[in-house]
Amino acid sequence: MAQYHQFDALVVGAGGAGLMAALYASKSVNTAVISKLYPTRSHTGTAQGGISAALGNLEEDHWEWHAYDTVKGGDFLCDQDAVDILCSGAIDAIVDLEHIGLPFDRTPEGKISQRRFGGHTNNDTKKAVMRACHAADRTGHMILQTLYQNCIKNKVKFFDEYQMVDMLIENGVCNGVVAIELKTGETHVFHSKATMLATGGFGKMWKITSNAHSLTGDGPATILRKKLPLEDMEFYQFHPTGVYRMGILLSEAARGEGAVFLNGAGERFMERYMPTLKDLAPRDICSRSIFKEVKEGRGINGKDYVYLDFRPTEINKYFEADGNPKRIDAHYLETKLPDIIEFARVYLGVDPVTDPVPIQPTAHYAMGGVPTNTDTQVLSDHLGHTVEGLYAAGEVACVSVHGANRLGTNSLVDLVVFGKRGGIKMAEYAKTAALRPINQDTSHKPGEAELNKLRQSNGTERAGAIRKALQVLMDEHVGVVRTSAGLQFAIESIRDLKTRFANIKIDDKGFKWNTDLMEAWELGALLDLAEVTAVSALGREESRGGHYREDFQNRDDAKFLQHTFATMTDKTDKIDKIELNYKPVVITKYKPVERKY
Amino acid sequence: MKLHLKIKRFNPEIDKKPYWGEYDIEVDEMDRVLDALQEVKWTVDGTLALRRSCAHGICGSDAMRINGRNRLACKCLIKDEIKNGQITVEPILGLKVQKDMIVDMEPFFAHYRSVLPFLVNKDPLPENGRERLQTIADRERFDDTTKCILCACCTTSCPSFWARGEYVGPAAIVQAHRFIFDSRDQAAQERLEVLSEVDGVWRCRTVFNCTDACPRGIEVTKAIGEVKAALRTGIIA
Repeated sequence: MAQYHQFDALVVGAGGAGLMAALYASKSVNTAVISKLYPTRSHTGTAQGGISAALGNLEEDHWEWHAYDTVKGGDFLCDQDAVDILCSGAIDAIVDLEHIGLPFDRTPEGKISQRRFGGHTNNDTKKAVMRACHAADRTGHMILQTLYQNCIKNKVKFFDEYQMVDMLIENGVCNGVVAIELKTGETHVFHSKATMLATGGFGKMWKITSNAHSLTGDGPATILRKKLPLEDMEFYQFHPTGVYRMGILLSEAARGEGAVFLNGAGERFMERYMPTLKDLAPRDICSRSIFKEVKEGRGINGKDYVYLDFRPTEINKYFEADGNPKRIDAHYLETKLPDIIEFARVYLGVDPVTDPVPIQPTAHYAMGGVPTNTDTQVLSDHLGHTVEGLYAAGEVACVSVHGANRLGTNSLVDLVVFGKRGGIKMAEYAKTAALRPINQDTSHKPGEAELNKLRQSNGTERAGAIRKALQVLMDEHVGVVRTSAGLQFAIESIRDLKTRFANIKIDDKGFKWNTDLMEAWELGALLDLAEVTAVSALGREESRGGHYREDFQNRDDAKFLQHTFATMTDKTDKIDKIELNYKPVVITKYKPVERKY
Repeated sequence: MKLHLKIKRFNPEIDKKPYWGEYDIEVDEMDRVLDALQEVKWTVDGTLALRRSCAHGICGSDAMRINGRNRLACKCLIKDEIKNGQITVEPILGLKVQKDMIVDMEPFFAHYRSVLPFLVNKDPLPENGRERLQTIADRERFDDTTKCILCACCTTSCPSFWARGEYVGPAAIVQAHRFIFDSRDQAAQERLEVLSEVDGVWRCRTVFNCTDACPRGIEVTKAIGEVKAALRTGIIA
């Protein structure tokens, strides 16, 4: 027998988007948050460099410039109506965060301090603009802490360490979710008028990733299994500066403060690729440039990495070469970038103050995900129909403000702007909608049965080995650069891995804290999402933003100025059928042009 | 390299009392202790239970007692911890073990909630619709305690907390400090009242275990001292 709970608004996931939504929904309706982690463990907390808004605190800026940069950064695949909401809303959202306690760094006048970031420009001069509001290099940590603090202040109801395993979606309507209380293994039914998915990303399908172990795409995988579509799954961001071999992120703020890339010949190679913005070009371009340097033998000692150089003595030389009067010293860097300097010291044994740091591109962020309209309502198809009572915001969602490549800092902007918007919309809806009945005796049974079947698995394969094989495969064939042959190989191989997954062994047959079982369930989610990612990538025969095809190197607006909608129309033990549809991009003011920096 | 990992195990559904599980695995010396634990879980015994998420010292999930000292398993490397080919891992002390490395965090978060861990400011917001102003020096005053990730390394290394779980503990005092010394906040007196009670700040005996344990390098004992001074003098500076 499952335990039963009932709320007006239910939020699944307690990162930035989920907490923001809960904070706003709870102002007027009965709201609960369920999360498989304690809220403060959520991955928003690891965001480092900043959150952009055109406050203009240090130099001229306009939200329209931010919007254009976002659209251009996204290689014109962003829905421009959503981008306007994002960038105009960013200003109020960030001021709100300050008002509720966020300890931003300050300018000499006492205003919120801002720094440069990749792809954020003064649209007149085309030079980098100071737009990223920051709290040292732990901006995400401060956002997560501040939102959690305010949820406590407002007495939001939390169910910590509950993992969603099924959603109550039938006939285009969502009535809540089924979750497992990890401590006891008990099943709980959360019955709600409005439900929001804010479960974050799924970077754990790659080996070299900045993502947490918990980022396994539980939300989008569940959507997929309900035969609902996922949007733009081929667009995954590889951040150029991951710690070599480990993938831990070193913030773009390092380059915002003056750091540059160096290849094996000691050359500042970004000048060759993007002569104006150089090392502050958007992430997809930097990652591709690194890939090319390595492929052509110009990695460090011919290996698969390059350097990120943020030695103060060198930064000052680069400033001088660029005609920038600014000069810095080691103390300045230690104040502005304390965490990432420590990461290099702890995990590489390299001191960035005296030595350049080995880095390589790292799987970082899903531009695609659960499709929504600009009110965060989840779409049921590529024609724009919605699932009643279901919302999504944050990395899990695709609204789409990031298009084919997200600009640095815009993930945090997305969380606060659309998290807030979603919370308000859910509350509005819940105030007028009636609670639809569910069968309290049976609604949890499918999810519970699936989990129990998995628990009893006594095959010969280990989930850990399958996960590792998936990650190596995805790094190699569904990474920074893709080909038709590689993608086809990946799809076949993922199907083989799914067959192996059907033959796994679960050591832990118990109920209390059965992390063996939950990790296997998460692997199942990753396998489904990996397949959809590869199939979506194979379907897009062009190169745009984070999706680069060696066999189709140009952007093809005539054919592909549209979003991919992938639906798993049939899921059997043998093979899953994936259907692709396309939805036109919303274009308002900004006509697609060639992307140069 | 070879590693002999000794892990204190306890599964409430099977075991009457904890025991030492011993595992020999192959690791890279630059791997994290967390990687070694995952290797055991993924290749030897799937029943091993631990919390983990970001794996680089920010989310605060994997606080453990590693070779007798509180550490985040993801923030210490095998090469720095291995002694005679061995590393010992136990759950943190002072909170009830639920399974293997997983302890009941609820008492810890209850202490956290008791100190009003949120900004209180009842003044009207700036009329221009923009941020409140704060000087660089005022912001710097409480910078150190903003780094706290609520991992519980400090609180569960404190002998006063081991002796009496009602003691609010270093982490909650760090959180209180973060607001008491924020020039924008107006609830310092309420927090100081909580911390002047019998299970408040005076249970601290200045042992410095907390400062040693903090994976974020916060000067925890110093922060506690500043709260004590504020209580003693009535001056918040």
